Amino acid sequence: MQIYLPIAEVSVNVILLLGLGTLVGVLSGMFGVGGGFLMTPLLFFIGIPPAVAVATQANQIVAASLSGLLAHLRRRTVDFRMGTVLLIGGIGGSAVGVEIFATLREMGQVDLLVRLSYVVFLGIIGALMFVESLNAILRSRSGAAPARRRHTWVHALPGKVKFRTSGLYISVLPPIAIGFLVGMLAAIMGVGGGFVLVPAMIYLLGMPTKVVIGTSLFNIVFVAAFTTMMHAMTTYTVDVALAVLLLVGGVIGAQVGTQIGLKMKAEQLRIALAGLVLLVCGKLALDLLLRPDELYSIAPVIG
Amino acid sequence: MIRAALVLVALALTFAPAARAEDIVSGLSKNRVSISANFDGTEILVFGAVKREAPIEPGRTGVIVTVEGPAQEVTVRRKDRRAVIWINNAALEVDHAPSFYAVNASGPIDDILSRVEDLRHGITTRSAIRQVGGTAQVDDPSAFVTALIRIREAQGLFQSNPRAVTVRENTLFDTSFTLPANLVEGVYTSRIFLTRDGQIVAEASSSIYVEKVGLERFLYNLAHENPALYGIMSLVIAVAAGWGASAAFRYLNA
Repeated sequence: MQIYLPIAEVSVNVILLLGLGTLVGVLSGMFGVGGGFLMTPLLFFIGIPPAVAVATQANQIVAASLSGLLAHLRRRTVDFRMGTVLLIGGIGGSAVGVEIFATLREMGQVDLLVRLSYVVFLGIIGALMFVESLNAILRSRSGAAPARRRHTWVHALPGKVKFRTSGLYISVLPPIAIGFLVGMLAAIMGVGGGFVLVPAMIYLLGMPTKVVIGTSLFNIVFVAAFTTMMHAMTTYTVDVALAVLLLVGGVIGAQVGTQIGLKMKAEQLRIALAGLVLLVCGKLALDLLLRPDELYSIAPVIG
Repeated sequence: MIRAALVLVALALTFAPAARAEDIVSGLSKNRVSISANFDGTEILVFGAVKREAPIEPGRTGVIVTVEGPAQEVTVRRKDRRAVIWINNAALEVDHAPSFYAVNASGPIDDILSRVEDLRHGITTRSAIRQVGGTAQVDDPSAFVTALIRIREAQGLFQSNPRAVTVRENTLFDTSFTLPANLVEGVYTSRIFLTRDGQIVAEASSSIYVEKVGLERFLYNLAHENPALYGIMSLVIAVAAGWGASAAFRYLNA
């Protein structure tokens, strides 16, 4: 069964889209990530124009993150003050990201930018997570208590504010900078940025793990909503029909994934996620390094 | 139905007034293609007859039928290896590249159409693409145009079928085109050429209107004419879906 997408202007299989949504939903439910970093490359692969894939993903992320955020709100595991500070940086970053995206699209280098961002960020995050979770598994085997490291260089900066929910008293500068980076990534890569935000909040800011996911989702909902509006108004590439189809599968998949995730150990989950991240990174890196089958590409002239 | 149409055309010919030595009378199976949500490509039948006042002249005759989609200005880029990675480097702007182009003929194009006539009327895919000042942009513009044709052929957007036109009794002809699902909106032009010994002796053309309808039309227009409203609508849908999913699963788990 085919459906013609009004903005992407391509006809794709409905079952394929629902399947993709479900698959990514399962993984995102299992690992507590948005899944944008998997979905966007998959959309490129099935022939959705990159610009449409990135912009539509932003819209889909709003729905996926909101669903998760509501669950965290009920459990009161959202640090609103921290979320707001991150958001200030995030909105700025998103605006800059959309500008960079539009400029590079005209230069024909947007594909390179998106791929490079993926390789660099997935590579770093994946490797860090892999090493960290491997250590955690080894530690749990040897029976030693995990060391807690709460004070880093981050705590020495000026402009300190109390974040009660997180139990932190730190400068607002690092959260703003992190928010900015994540906002930029969201616009350029079509991801929520959870995979950068969560480790940054834990390792750089030293936030307690229980409030990290909820606060990250709070930030992502608003940054993704802002990114959606920016893309809708500057590049006209948000395809609402595509977003709805991905949502349906994603929502169901996420619930299934959450159930699977509950049955697995935290370290196992983290190492599996690290493996997945590194796999996607490796695939994209190979695309850049190996000689492509088709050296030429076609793009409409803009403006 | 098509056979009946051919008969009608043939009958009409018998009583039609004289215009030229040879003339083409043609019809399309449809002149309007609606892109709805379940659009999965379509087939268009082009048929017609050659109307003659005098006995047929000697020489090899041929019929060529083309369908052309709205032209676009596109950039063709080539990847080169820089340091260790492959990145887009040389780029060629093509001023006029049809979004869709199909050419069907009653035989190999080289046999029934001269190079000069091809260039004058832009009949083969290569001649239908217009590119000027290429050497100022890249060393070998023709390699870029060849790549453009190769990529669009792989997508089913450029087609070339040298034996797809059936001609009966040197008079009646018909052929069919497959329009793919990844079609762009606009006015498509169908042209028919009658050739003798490579020269064009008669031609005719008609238009096919391809447009989005219903929900596709509504969403596309809204996205371009009222982007702010469209963006807000997308967000409302996303928020409703996210909230709905959360509520539904809370209900199921409770």
